[in-house]
Amino acid sequence: MTTPEQTEHTEETTGHGDISVGVAGSGDSSASATRITPGNALRPEDIALEVRTGLVKPSEDVAEYALRLGDDALILAQRLGHWISRAPELEEDVALGNIALDQLGHARSFLTYAGGAWEKSEDELAYFRREHEFRSAHLFEQPNGDFAVTIARQFVVSYYQFELYRRLTESTDATLAAIAAKAVKEVDYHRDHSAQWIIRLAQGTEVSREKMIHGLKLVWPYVAELFADDELTTRLADAGAAVEPSSLKADFDRLTGEILAEAELEVPETPAAPGGGRRGKHSEHLGYILAEMQVLAREHPGASW
Amino acid sequence: MSPHGNPEVPASSAGDVESSAAKVPAGPAGPASADSGSTSSVSTSSTSPTPDRSVWPLWEVFVRSSRGLSHVHAGSLHAPDAAMALRNARDLYTRRNEGVSIWVVPADAIAASDPDAKGSFFESPQGKDYRHATYYTKSEGVKHL
Repeated sequence: MTTPEQTEHTEETTGHGDISVGVAGSGDSSASATRITPGNALRPEDIALEVRTGLVKPSEDVAEYALRLGDDALILAQRLGHWISRAPELEEDVALGNIALDQLGHARSFLTYAGGAWEKSEDELAYFRREHEFRSAHLFEQPNGDFAVTIARQFVVSYYQFELYRRLTESTDATLAAIAAKAVKEVDYHRDHSAQWIIRLAQGTEVSREKMIHGLKLVWPYVAELFADDELTTRLADAGAAVEPSSLKADFDRLTGEILAEAELEVPETPAAPGGGRRGKHSEHLGYILAEMQVLAREHPGASW
Repeated sequence: MSPHGNPEVPASSAGDVESSAAKVPAGPAGPASADSGSTSSVSTSSTSPTPDRSVWPLWEVFVRSSRGLSHVHAGSLHAPDAAMALRNARDLYTRRNEGVSIWVVPADAIAASDPDAKGSFFESPQGKDYRHATYYTKSEGVKHL
């Protein structure tokens, strides 16, 4: 795994910064509805800079943990990106694309930080690891299915991630806390988006209701893995750096239960799938996702575009 | 809170998702739920026995870019109901920090002046410069004018 040259990434990290130079500082006097500002928020480039200058360096445990969260978001972003140009309506196309980009942003932050422990860039981690080196849970690699299946997956993911990031903002690891603080607001909107659709599809037509029920049934077996503790999470939770996944379950059950009750749906009682994503054991789906996601970077190592 | 679930209301609110518009099916009403208390003024012709299922109604979007300024028309979009229209507007028109507030209005609800009546409607004020303050000369001895 001695691939792309470091110089490539140094350049990349400074490249994006230019956005702020162009539009920052224009006062609030303009009444244009399309006035744009980059805003102030933690960017992956900021983390890369801190890592490069040695300001922060995650411990092996924290890096492994960040890798899990980053892989979850990365695989989901790749899945959701597939909806672009394929959603039922143009507006929904944009909504799912936005959510995918949010997730990609979280993935970049987590992977950049994790890479600090092994002197690897986010790109090296995303494009040059093999299937068994990915630490994402099985839910994230589940196929998009129809719109209702994607909404069901989004529903579980966003309610899980919200509870997780909400607590991670109090992590003793400052970088994890900062990434979570940025992510939690975005994930909150993802919750709202999925909840709105759960209710509408469930109470729309007979067909939409059937599809919604079917979608939930398909994704529910993968819920249990999200809330499974292991040695790493226990160690990190004891140190205050992470939260035990099992501690999120009660809030997840309560809040998703409220939405499902409002939609007059039942919580599916499907048996849990075996899982194993955190140990690098994946379903048959991940290989195909990685093939598509990694092909360009592997075909032209070190290329920039 | 606004009747349509304001996406600006932070975080926690997703727990109590506004359902006022939820009874409006995604797409025009099917036979089973032919209007269960739709609040939307854009009903897709309840008179027609087989409504067009493929079309979401059109909404006009107004965005306020910062406090103290008024909402400005930003564009339009399709959405099944007001709550979703607000969310779609958030996704389509505030992706680059453009707004702090959004209004959505059913396109049907907007009455517009007739573009062909431009002459009678808008040309009359022309030449009536006495309607502008600059027409008048300042009276002597009046301070602070």
